[in-house]
Amino acid sequence: MTEPNDDKIGELLKQSIRPAKHELQRDLWPQMLRRLQEHSAAVPWFDWALLAALALWLCLAPGTIAVLLYHL
Amino acid sequence: MPELEQPSELLEQFAHGDLDAFESLFRQFQNEVFRWIVRIVRDPGVAEDLALETFWRIHRAHARFDPRRSFGAWARRIATNVALDHLKIARPEVALLEDSPAAASPDAAVQRDIRERVAGAFCQLPAKLRAAATLALVEEQPYKEIAAALGISIGAVKLRVFRALRLLRKKLKQQGIEP
Repeated sequence: MTEPNDDKIGELLKQSIRPAKHELQRDLWPQMLRRLQEHSAAVPWFDWALLAALALWLCLAPGTIAVLLYHL
Repeated sequence: MPELEQPSELLEQFAHGDLDAFESLFRQFQNEVFRWIVRIVRDPGVAEDLALETFWRIHRAHARFDPRRSFGAWARRIATNVALDHLKIARPEVALLEDSPAAASPDAAVQRDIRERVAGAFCQLPAKLRAAATLALVEEQPYKEIAAALGISIGAVKLRVFRALRLLRKKLKQQGIEP
C-alpha cells in the first residue's frame, strides 16, 4: 500500500514531531475523589420531581397523610 | 501500555461499583492512561484533564465492564475516545523537535522551517487520521495495540495512516514542499 514517497513523508513527519515521553507528575486520585463526591452530593432532578409530586399530593389530599404514616 | 494482570476478584468488585476497587485500579492505571493520552494529544496538561475524564467515564460505566476482559485494554479504548473527542474540538498544537545548540546555520533554519510547516500541516488533518498516524509513525506503537485502542481492524489502521500521509503530502505540496 505504501510507496517510497510515503516512506519519505513518514520520515519527515518523524523528524518534525518528537515522541511524547511525559510521565504523570502527580497523583490524580484526590481530584477524582472530589469529582465523585461532588456528583454524589448532587440530588438528581428526578428525585426533586418525585418530592414535589409527593408534596403536591399531600397538599391536595391531606387525609392520605395518616395512611402514609400507617404504611411507614 | 503494558498489560497488568488484575485479580478477577478486584475486577468483580469494581464491576459491582465498589469504590475501593475503583481506587485500586485508578492508582494502578492512571500513569498508563495518562501516557497513552499524551501520545495522542501531545500536551501533558490537557492529558491530565483527559485522564480524569477517562476514569470518570470508566466509573460511570462500571456496570458494563466484563470482569473476564482486560481492564487495561478497556481503559485504553475509553481513553482513546476521550482523546479523539478532544482533538476534534481543540486548536491543534504540536511540540516540535528541538534544534541542537550547534544548529544555528542557515541550513538549520531552513530545516526548522520545513519541520514547522510539516507539523502545522499535520495538525490540520482530521483527528482520526492524525491519531492513527501519530501513534503508528511518531510513537511507533504496534498496529495491533492501535487497532484495539481505536476499536478498528489492523487493516483499517494502516488505511488511516496511508490516508494521513497522502493528505499530508497534498498539503505540503500546496506549500511548495515536496519530500
